[in-house]
Amino acid sequence: MAFLSTLFSQAINGLQSGSIYALVALGYSMVYGIIMLLNFAHGDIIMVGAYVVWMATANFGLHPVVSILLAVAVSTLLGVTIEKVAYAPLRSSPRLSLLITAIGISFLLENGFQLIFGAGAKVVPEFLSGPSLRLGGATVSFSAMVTLAVTVAIMIGLTLLVQKTRLGKAMRAVSEDMGAAQLMGINLNTTISFTFALGSALAAVASVLYLSSYAQASPTMGSMLGLKAFVAAVLGGIGSLPGAMLGGLVIGLAEALVSAVGLSVWKDGVVFAILIVVLLVRPSGLLGKPIKEKV
Amino acid sequence: MLNVENINVYYGSIHAVKDITFNVEKGEIVTLIGANGAGKSTILNTISGLLRSKTGSVTFEGRPIGSLPPHKVLALGLAQVPEGRRVFLKMTVEENLEMGGYTRPAGEIADSLEDVYRRFPRLAERRRQVAGTLSGGEQQMLAMGRALMAKPALMMLDEPSMGLAPLLVEQIFDIIRELHRAGTTILLVEQNAQMALSAADRAYVLETGRIVMQGEARALLEDDQVRRAYLGE
Repeated sequence: MAFLSTLFSQAINGLQSGSIYALVALGYSMVYGIIMLLNFAHGDIIMVGAYVVWMATANFGLHPVVSILLAVAVSTLLGVTIEKVAYAPLRSSPRLSLLITAIGISFLLENGFQLIFGAGAKVVPEFLSGPSLRLGGATVSFSAMVTLAVTVAIMIGLTLLVQKTRLGKAMRAVSEDMGAAQLMGINLNTTISFTFALGSALAAVASVLYLSSYAQASPTMGSMLGLKAFVAAVLGGIGSLPGAMLGGLVIGLAEALVSAVGLSVWKDGVVFAILIVVLLVRPSGLLGKPIKEKV
Repeated sequence: MLNVENINVYYGSIHAVKDITFNVEKGEIVTLIGANGAGKSTILNTISGLLRSKTGSVTFEGRPIGSLPPHKVLALGLAQVPEGRRVFLKMTVEENLEMGGYTRPAGEIADSLEDVYRRFPRLAERRRQVAGTLSGGEQQMLAMGRALMAKPALMMLDEPSMGLAPLLVEQIFDIIRELHRAGTTILLVEQNAQMALSAADRAYVLETGRIVMQGEARALLEDDQVRRAYLGE
């Protein structure tokens, strides 16, 4: 019985961190789908979002809701600006140049923030509190409930947006065939900016949810989180949005299960082992089926 | 209507289109014929704004369009049905058509969809199917229907007969003639010179990036040199 309740709490933990990975993985997958770039600066958007929340709550004493909105706004703007300034000029360059630029932006953000705010972690005052839920022998924390609820809502919203709206369809068209999409009158710059805005906003939400259970901001916090979300995106099939969602949850659950059996020091190792196995066995990921073209 | 003046287009150091000048008048069917690699698609993509010419100019109804992005060229009424159809295979037939009408006001989309479905009943039957499940001929119809959604004044078609069985080729050319009768000016790029020359008013013959011959399509159809080089006689 004790084992079962441990397993249950670990599963909830897994879904909680998995939700955060999924939200970040969506950003990786959307951007890859559109411009075939592994945007390694994406994880650092989480870090920037966390610093905005810290500044807003700890320094300016703003209301939590205001700080969250501020974090989303700043991250969105940053994501769009990075694309315009660093990636757009390289649109017709080899993809490797783009990848190296993304890594450069990542270093710039991490070291820039370290320069400005120092290397130490900043403690974010608790801003999301509420009653926890007792289920049998296990408790589900308030932050876990909020994280799951927000993630489910976002996944539904994003799916509707991509499937039903004009811009969402334009995103799918560009990701399938950029040239043909342009011939349809789809404005490439607008669509790419929108994709970066959406991905960065999701990263900011992920950042807030992360802070609700680990209330610390540090300059390098985005790199490990970003890498694991990247693994989640590859596991699900990079470019596939349902894949990113599934991949995130699987990675979160895998980490939690490893912890549940008492091997928590192996957590990171297991995640990267999953990456290696996926790349060896099924490089297109769980849901990334390459469609065959008819001539 | 469309004036292309002395354009030169390069892919890196490859000079793909050399000093090309031609025009299309309102109400015409004009065809560019020539072998694979003659630069036909490059010319269309330059007109559409996907590629840039180093020299000269492209004007459409008196307006220079040589430096406009593709979505602005389309908004002026110049649509392209690209080579190999390039329909969005993972999207449904109806979504493909909606993408074709991307530059149109939302309120007019439903009417245009009905127009396209009336013209292509096969597409209406398959409106909820993803385009990847259509046959080659159906995909070509979808590509043409998609371009029609933009209500173009001039439609450029890049090798609409490519990879289709002879019966389907006839059918596609019938549709082109119908569109033309309904008032759309046509610029047709083809390797199938026989079909293209019989449908067109005027023609330009391209060889390795240059125009080597031009004139009335009917005259070219009877020209010995053209018959030997392009009609396999």
